[in-house]
Amino acid sequence: MKKIILDSLGKSHHRGFNFRNLLYNNEARAFFFQVATLLIIIGLFYSAIGNLFENIEARGIQTGFSFLNNRAGFDILPFLGNYVVDYTPESPNLSVFYVGLINTLVVAFVGIILSTIIGLLIGIARLSDNYLIAKLSGGYIELFRNIPVLLQILFWYNLFINAFPHPKQSFSFLDVAFLNQRGLYMPRPILEDGFLFVTLAFIFGIIAAYFVKRHYKKKHELTGSHTSTWPYTLGLVIGLPILIFLLLGKPIQFDISVLGKFNLKGGMVIVPEFLALTFALSVYTATYIAEAIRSGIEAVDKGQKEAASSIGLTKTQSLKLIILPQALRVAIPPTINQYLNLTKNSSLATVIGYPELMSSFGGTVLNQVGQAVEILGMAMLVYLVISLFISLLLNYVNKKMAIQGR
Amino acid sequence: MSVFDQQSTRKPPISQIGAILWLRTNLFSTWVNGILTFGSLYLLYLIFPPLLDWMFFNASFSFGTVNLFGFDIKFSEAMATNQNCGREGACWPYIYEKLYMYTYGFYPRTETWRPNIVFGLTALLFVIVPLVKHYKHKNRVTLSLIILYPLVSYILISGGFGILPVVETHLWGGLLLTLIIASVGIIVSFPIGVVLALGRQSDLKVIKLFSTLFIEFVRAVPLITILFMASFVLPLFLEPGNNSIDKLLRALIGISLFQAAYFAEVIRGGLQAIPRGQYEAADAIGLSYFQKNALIVLPQALKISIPNIVGSSISLFKDTTLVLIIGLMDMLAMVGLTTADPYWLGRETEGYVFVTIVMWVMLYSMSRYSRKLELRFNTENTN
Repeated sequence: MKKIILDSLGKSHHRGFNFRNLLYNNEARAFFFQVATLLIIIGLFYSAIGNLFENIEARGIQTGFSFLNNRAGFDILPFLGNYVVDYTPESPNLSVFYVGLINTLVVAFVGIILSTIIGLLIGIARLSDNYLIAKLSGGYIELFRNIPVLLQILFWYNLFINAFPHPKQSFSFLDVAFLNQRGLYMPRPILEDGFLFVTLAFIFGIIAAYFVKRHYKKKHELTGSHTSTWPYTLGLVIGLPILIFLLLGKPIQFDISVLGKFNLKGGMVIVPEFLALTFALSVYTATYIAEAIRSGIEAVDKGQKEAASSIGLTKTQSLKLIILPQALRVAIPPTINQYLNLTKNSSLATVIGYPELMSSFGGTVLNQVGQAVEILGMAMLVYLVISLFISLLLNYVNKKMAIQGR
Repeated sequence: MSVFDQQSTRKPPISQIGAILWLRTNLFSTWVNGILTFGSLYLLYLIFPPLLDWMFFNASFSFGTVNLFGFDIKFSEAMATNQNCGREGACWPYIYEKLYMYTYGFYPRTETWRPNIVFGLTALLFVIVPLVKHYKHKNRVTLSLIILYPLVSYILISGGFGILPVVETHLWGGLLLTLIIASVGIIVSFPIGVVLALGRQSDLKVIKLFSTLFIEFVRAVPLITILFMASFVLPLFLEPGNNSIDKLLRALIGISLFQAAYFAEVIRGGLQAIPRGQYEAADAIGLSYFQKNALIVLPQALKISIPNIVGSSISLFKDTTLVLIIGLMDMLAMVGLTTADPYWLGRETEGYVFVTIVMWVMLYSMSRYSRKLELRFNTENTN
């Protein structure tokens, strides 16, 4: 073996060094090819960066991150990010970044929950025995996945502000919540001192319910006697906090919106931009999640379903205990990928002016400051971190879901 | 003795035959199903009557006199205006009036025949390629078409070369621009995607590292950030003084690089599905790296990945709408542009519905096509 290599490198005693041998040697080729690629890439970077500095100097654009401390000087649509960061036009540009980041995460979070619910329902309904339900869910998927999501966002936003009533004729839900073209008005809770205990009771309830469930599951595995745990769960998670809430004398008040002269006053408002964006993203992403769920259910062997019904499980039981746990193993990885897509697509909010990362920071600040490299770099970094996080999650889930032999 | 008296066979119970049976098994098999059926009927009732009212019964179809293929069809005395259209129904005359903008953007009206020929050629291509399937030299014909078609289309649409008057890219718009961006994006990004996929599978560490980095980076960020990069940062990377690079070109570069990363992952899936033995056999008969990939590996890998390639192209087609964010006038952008016309203020809904219908029809037929391909390749694999 060694001799062959030496031969081909031309180091063998009776051949001497030979350029031709080197040319046809795989390792030598690989080495030169890689070095050449590296040099080309470095060269491209070098000239691009050089040009960049020259261009920046010529255009009088500043460099560095000092712009983050400068006064932002513009208003942002009031939404959650504003309240958390306590944003005013006097705040620095860095605050805009945080506001955008928070708003992006809010849309992603709400969108992921909504799209999962819709997707799960539609995915199961698609395989229903009920002809109408199955066809309708199929129609839903075909309709919404074949329309670009940007078009859907614009469409719902336009419908919201054009077709919904003026504040005076709001849709009212029991005179507590109102829906009109300026958004969804909801009562704003004002928490008083004792409310902390209610929250603690709620958290305690969840933890206690978990242990109760574990206890009975262990009992079920040991003795086979089944105890339904949902009354305990209900009592601990909901009953306990309510009890403490009542004992403390209802430590909460609500600021309910009231119709003023032109607009509703008070309460808290969920802006139409957020509603349209979340709705469009959820409806669009749900079609993909539904397809993932459907293919997951179809991947479950038919014998599993037959076995379930042969041991006398009802349809709901067989779906809950037999089909879904196996279907989810197939369905969850693509679903998590869709969560990433939803988060990335939330950047389309820039067309309707919902102040998330790409519209407030990557849009308005970029226009004012002009430091595209730094600003877009920061924005991209955020999405990179989010997607890294989601792929870590995916790896974890895949490991957890892998079929475990006993 | 009583004679055996044959009784006529009884008919099956009415609930066991025909439409009633179908209703019972498909819509009302259990009481839950019954409730669901009525629930969905109610949902349909909520959605469809108002929608149909808006689209047809309350809508205005007063196009005036329309010249269709040389025949004058008279819809009404005069074309409806924004005012006498009403607000309860759609105002389709607005779409009719702005149809040119939706199709060609600001393309000069005297030169419309050029994009029309391209549209015709495209349609012809979809007819010819399946026809030559059984022709002896089909590969040669297909290959020359693949090279000739973009070239001819480019010369026709953009003009220049001393043959046709130049139409600058900022005049291109509407459906024309949407199709241009989608097809250029697919055609340019495909070879880059193949190279990246091979690079990621390569044994050469440096090549593998850079390919993987590029693919993973691009797939992690939204297309908007890449479009912004292409439109704001790319000019800064170019030679100073020479950075008046065309806006459309910038968008195309961004979209192609973006799509290349996605194609690369799809093709990598195909590459991984090729049995190890194929690579080894190619090595064993002494093929070079390029021969091995061009003759043995890629033909098989690409064939496996065709359904996913089509799927990825469909995503690209949907993503072309994003170019409106960097100020290109694609079909979706035309909604905002045409309703900014003081004469047609407030007709956005009609515009969005129109674009939705056009886009949906195209995307739906593409997705049907990809499903058909998938089925075809599936059966071939199981044989």
